[in-house]
Amino acid sequence: MAAVTVDHLIKKYRQDKKTSITALNNISFSVKEGEIFGLIGPDGAGKTSLFRILTTLLLADSGSATVCGLDVVKDFRQIRKQVGYMPGRFSLYQDLTVEENLRFFATVFDTTIEENYHLIKDIYVQIEPFKNRRAGKLSGGMKQKLALCCALIHKPTILFLDEPTTGVDTVSRKEFWEMLKRLKDQGITILVSTPYMDEATLCERIALIQTGNILSINTPEGIISNYPEILLAVKGDDMSHLLKSLRSLPEVKSCNAFGEYHHITLKKDLKLSETDLQKKWNDQSLQIKEVISIRPTVEDCFIRLMMETSKAS
Amino acid sequence: MMTKEVVIKTEKLTKRFGDFIATNEISFDVYSGEIFGFLGANGAGKTTAMSMLCGLLTPSSGNATVAGYDIYKQTEKIKKNIGYMSQKFSLYEDLTPRENIRFFGGIYGLSDKEIREKSGRLIEQLGLASEADKLVVSLPLGWKQKLAFSVAIIHEPKIVFLDEPTGGVDPVTRRQFWELIYDASDRGITIFVTTHYMDEAEYCNRISMMVDGVIKELDSPANLKEKYKAATMDEVFFELARGAVRKAD
Repeated sequence: MAAVTVDHLIKKYRQDKKTSITALNNISFSVKEGEIFGLIGPDGAGKTSLFRILTTLLLADSGSATVCGLDVVKDFRQIRKQVGYMPGRFSLYQDLTVEENLRFFATVFDTTIEENYHLIKDIYVQIEPFKNRRAGKLSGGMKQKLALCCALIHKPTILFLDEPTTGVDTVSRKEFWEMLKRLKDQGITILVSTPYMDEATLCERIALIQTGNILSINTPEGIISNYPEILLAVKGDDMSHLLKSLRSLPEVKSCNAFGEYHHITLKKDLKLSETDLQKKWNDQSLQIKEVISIRPTVEDCFIRLMMETSKAS
Repeated sequence: MMTKEVVIKTEKLTKRFGDFIATNEISFDVYSGEIFGFLGANGAGKTTAMSMLCGLLTPSSGNATVAGYDIYKQTEKIKKNIGYMSQKFSLYEDLTPRENIRFFGGIYGLSDKEIREKSGRLIEQLGLASEADKLVVSLPLGWKQKLAFSVAIIHEPKIVFLDEPTGGVDPVTRRQFWELIYDASDRGITIFVTTHYMDEAEYCNRISMMVDGVIKELDSPANLKEKYKAATMDEVFFELARGAVRKAD
């Protein structure tokens, strides 16, 4: 049985009498039991609406969804007992202490901290020294850990994490993903969203999502190997200038800045080696220091799919 | 375009809150037209340092000048000569783009004529013509961010402070945003920027890396990668920040 199924979900928000924003545009997918499934996309993609529908906090306009085999509309009470939800915005009680928050959530679900302590132990020990501090006074990283503990304390079968790593530095992000892997090992299904494309490879399967549409669903590896073009990375001394020069070349199809390189694709295969391309372009005084053929990242794939979609519409 | 003219100079700049030293004797120079990446782990003291440089927080000790003005005595002059934009605060959402431009133009003391000219040019440059009279709240995030940046530099300040300007933005818009940053830098505006995207660290002329209230490294991305024998800035950051004691924000 799939842990989550989403079937032709549509959700629109009315802005005024005439206009509405489509948050989810007829999307369908499913999450397997025990899987770490990532929703990868920017703000406004529809990730939060989807989480709220799946956690029974929001009704879709049409379509259906199940969580643990239960219908999100009819069986909302049972679903609420079985899922853990960490919303994007910090939603614990700011004026309760760390320990009081945790005890509160345990009590609401008719359990105790002690009963499921094994689940949160790894995470909780890191914030335990501050257990008497009010949640509102915690740092971002510690709030995130407490929120995860509170979402776990009733031993959910599925965990919904809405942008748990947004605004968190790269060291804490790495630590957070290691915690998720350990939870997965304990059999918990995890549906997690993130705007950071580099986190996509830490999920088993991902859906790339943009303005309410799923661009692609696959394993990160599958998404990368479906990239249909040859991708080149180009480096020079004046990267800002080089970006403009490369874009003005008739043979260049796309050119995007990617850290220390620009990633480019060509309109047709020029049948030239990287060295020959570099020579050809340097003859046009582009001052390129390096041209190499590279494997795309998930971000390359996302950009390409975004461009295709905007061309099609 | 980076020059040799110093626009931000700090000497042992320090801020204490009780016994907690948020920013501990930091000293650095930023040059005119430079894109300066101000990086650090959560809780390293970046926000405190930025608040002092923007004239919003009085230092406990040390000295600094921003755009040639003293951060103890001339904070109002500083505020007129800098721009500021963050992901959290940028535009008034219940005003239209045109109204936001007029509002911020007015705040920065532009004449009505200048505001009219700038307004028309900005709306055209950003491709906002069809949206110029709709409320900002209905704009896609990417457009909001680009407009917010343009508004933050509407008075052609010497320096613009950008606090995580691209958080949550899609990868295409994120890159378009950096092209606006490059353009501003080419016009001589100094960019002081924080980010959690390590590929964006590569776009900076120099990077400072704060850990536990002090500046641990300050150099170009290329030199830092060489020094730490790292392939990416992400690795450099990880190497420097993982020893951090402080995890507060």
